[in-house]
Amino acid sequence: MDKSLFISPSPHIRAQDSIPRLMYSVIVTLIPAGVFGVYWFGINTLWIMLVSIASAVLAEMLCQCIMKRPIEILDGSAVLTGLLLAYNLPPGIPLWLPAAGSFVGIVIGKQIFGGLGYNPLNPALVGRAFLMASWPVHMTVFGALPSGTSLSGIDALTSATPLNVFKQAREILLDSASHSIQEVTEASLSISQLYSSYGALFTGRIGGCIGETSAILLLFGAAFLLYKRIIGWKIPFSYIGTVALLTWIFGGTDGLLSGNPLFHVLSGGLLLGAFYMATDMVTSPVTVKGRILFGIGCGVLTVLIRLKGGYPEGVSYAILLMNLTVPLLDRYTRPKLFGGS
Amino acid sequence: MFRKSFTFRGGVHPRENKFRTEHLAIESLPIPGQVVIPLLQHIGTPAEPIVRKGDRVKVGQLIGEAKKFVSVPIHASLGGIVVVVEPRPHPLGIDVLSVVIDRDETDQMPAFSKDPEWKTLSVEEMKFRILQSGIVGMGGAGFPTHVKLSPPPDKKIDRLIINGAECEPYLTSDHRMMIEQTDEILGGVRILGKILNVKEIIIGIEANKQDALKRFRKKTAGLKKIQVFVLRVKYPQGGEKQLIKAVTGREVPSGGLPMDVGCIVQNVGTAQAVYEAVCYRKPLIERVVTVTGPGVIRPGNIRVRIGTPIREIIAFCGGLAEPAAKLVHGGPMMGISQYTDTVPVIKGTSGILVLDKKTANQPPEKPCISCARCVDVCPMRLMPNRIATLVEYAQHEAARLQGLFDCMECGSCSFICPARRNLVQYIKLGKAVCTNNTKIAS
Repeated sequence: MDKSLFISPSPHIRAQDSIPRLMYSVIVTLIPAGVFGVYWFGINTLWIMLVSIASAVLAEMLCQCIMKRPIEILDGSAVLTGLLLAYNLPPGIPLWLPAAGSFVGIVIGKQIFGGLGYNPLNPALVGRAFLMASWPVHMTVFGALPSGTSLSGIDALTSATPLNVFKQAREILLDSASHSIQEVTEASLSISQLYSSYGALFTGRIGGCIGETSAILLLFGAAFLLYKRIIGWKIPFSYIGTVALLTWIFGGTDGLLSGNPLFHVLSGGLLLGAFYMATDMVTSPVTVKGRILFGIGCGVLTVLIRLKGGYPEGVSYAILLMNLTVPLLDRYTRPKLFGGS
Repeated sequence: MFRKSFTFRGGVHPRENKFRTEHLAIESLPIPGQVVIPLLQHIGTPAEPIVRKGDRVKVGQLIGEAKKFVSVPIHASLGGIVVVVEPRPHPLGIDVLSVVIDRDETDQMPAFSKDPEWKTLSVEEMKFRILQSGIVGMGGAGFPTHVKLSPPPDKKIDRLIINGAECEPYLTSDHRMMIEQTDEILGGVRILGKILNVKEIIIGIEANKQDALKRFRKKTAGLKKIQVFVLRVKYPQGGEKQLIKAVTGREVPSGGLPMDVGCIVQNVGTAQAVYEAVCYRKPLIERVVTVTGPGVIRPGNIRVRIGTPIREIIAFCGGLAEPAAKLVHGGPMMGISQYTDTVPVIKGTSGILVLDKKTANQPPEKPCISCARCVDVCPMRLMPNRIATLVEYAQHEAARLQGLFDCMECGSCSFICPARRNLVQYIKLGKAVCTNNTKIAS
């Protein structure tokens, strides 16, 4: 009997959660928003998702083969990267775009750093940033809404997302002296239409990237992840709270405190970014204070880009930039030792 | 009924698994044919043997003498002949000089009768009886009780905390003692309170032991000095520093002792042993052990003589359901896995846990994904992920600066890690390397 006894240091029991279980839980909660994307934007978006996932998994396998590491494509992390990248792409793009984005995201964003756990940046966002820089036209043309009705008359073909409409209209209103009265009237009409379209924003019947439009389905998924404690509340809540506060203060057209925070929270990729990408464990801080600061930083950068930057949406770059601060945040927010002075 | 429950920040919720034994009354193991009594069953200097091969000993007879202050005497738990005094396997995983006694016809448990004069004993006399009886902390660590009861005069002690948390999964020996030996425990608590001359005594019991809570509430009703606190069910609620934090709000300073914040913590089992030592002059020669786990046919709470090989206790419990995969001395979170079932029960043995293949299986380590769960659960508020990585790369000095030696080795980090990283194991390794000042070959 003696020789058969297994020896190891304590603890002798482990919790049930494993990396694949965490990854697949996140994937499952993302599915409703994706199904809505296919319903709303058409079957083409399903192919985009599948190509993106397939490319991510293949790139992962290729790297692991070349580096002679164990093949771990079933742990769900590459699938999640591919899925998240697809959710962040406009619905009308050609299929080679997600293939290229996922490949770059996995190879350059993740595997060359050593694979899962060692990547400083969110791989899906690396892929998206790569596509944005390389094929900006493809990445910013959202096309006409499937229902044929756009949210406003302004430049509906290339800027059908609410944030894009908002940005153009707001710029006109802030600089009304140099625009015609008709332009100003149209712009203020656009903004009031946007502010009264909460129903469409909640359900996702708006223009935007494939998986980011349906606020209600993303919130359901996030609620499940929060309840199961797969993600924490600190990053998404501090992120969204900061965006709401800053857009309320600075986001309006009638000076300070005239913004509409709810519009900004529901528009663009904020909910998807705050609950599913800023919370990426590998690329977010481990300390409590660090996570809150990380969320606030993401919020500040997002609002800065949305209101002052060249892009209508800033979630991706905000998260990528904050990813880079994680080692610093962790270092300076070390928890106070039990019994420490 | 007990709505307010006390706790600390952090900790984990492993499956309790106490259902196997929590309702089973304590039974006594038949007297074994042989006992192996290690001369080191406590923290401190080993006792020195005063018997030799061939000597006849009686139950309760002194066989090992404490020569230093931080040491305790060892007594025979069986009457018979000393067959050998030699190093034998010990639950700590090392060989320790042990006295092996074969039972013979002269074996008889002496009638320990109550000393009618005990209430008139002075504090020093009571402490002397505790020392003489070889009492150590029975929660597992085995710190000599008389040392703990002798704080330096500049440390003012105002709280005595009695630890009835029993937060380790599977174990129920303290629980059963609290139900079946309530009066003896309370007797010991009063003696400890008198020795320390404290204003307040707090008995902390986890909320999963409602029957024990009710008994203690009832027995202490109307007493101003003794209070019963409900503790939230959480591991490591019974950790000394966590318990103090939970019931007093005080934090033992880093590197300090409970006495630095005016507290002394004693386990319920220790209180019962103190009662027997002071009132009956009975040395510590037996204790209650929970024998449990998926690998045992008939789990139970068994009163056994110190020195009984655990093989005999498992046999008494119906043997093993299948070839044991892992044999653990203590609980699943902090217990020590054994390479042989010949090791004896010692004063600090709270349980014997037999795990099957499924439970004992240690899944392979994956890279850290920075999920922060270890940081969230660490009751000492360390960053186990960082310390473990530093130790992994032999950066021991950096690990020390991150609080390596503040780790209490509760194992919550390793338990919770979804990447199955051996976090606390690295930390233990780091401590060993720092302590020995040796370099591990890379």
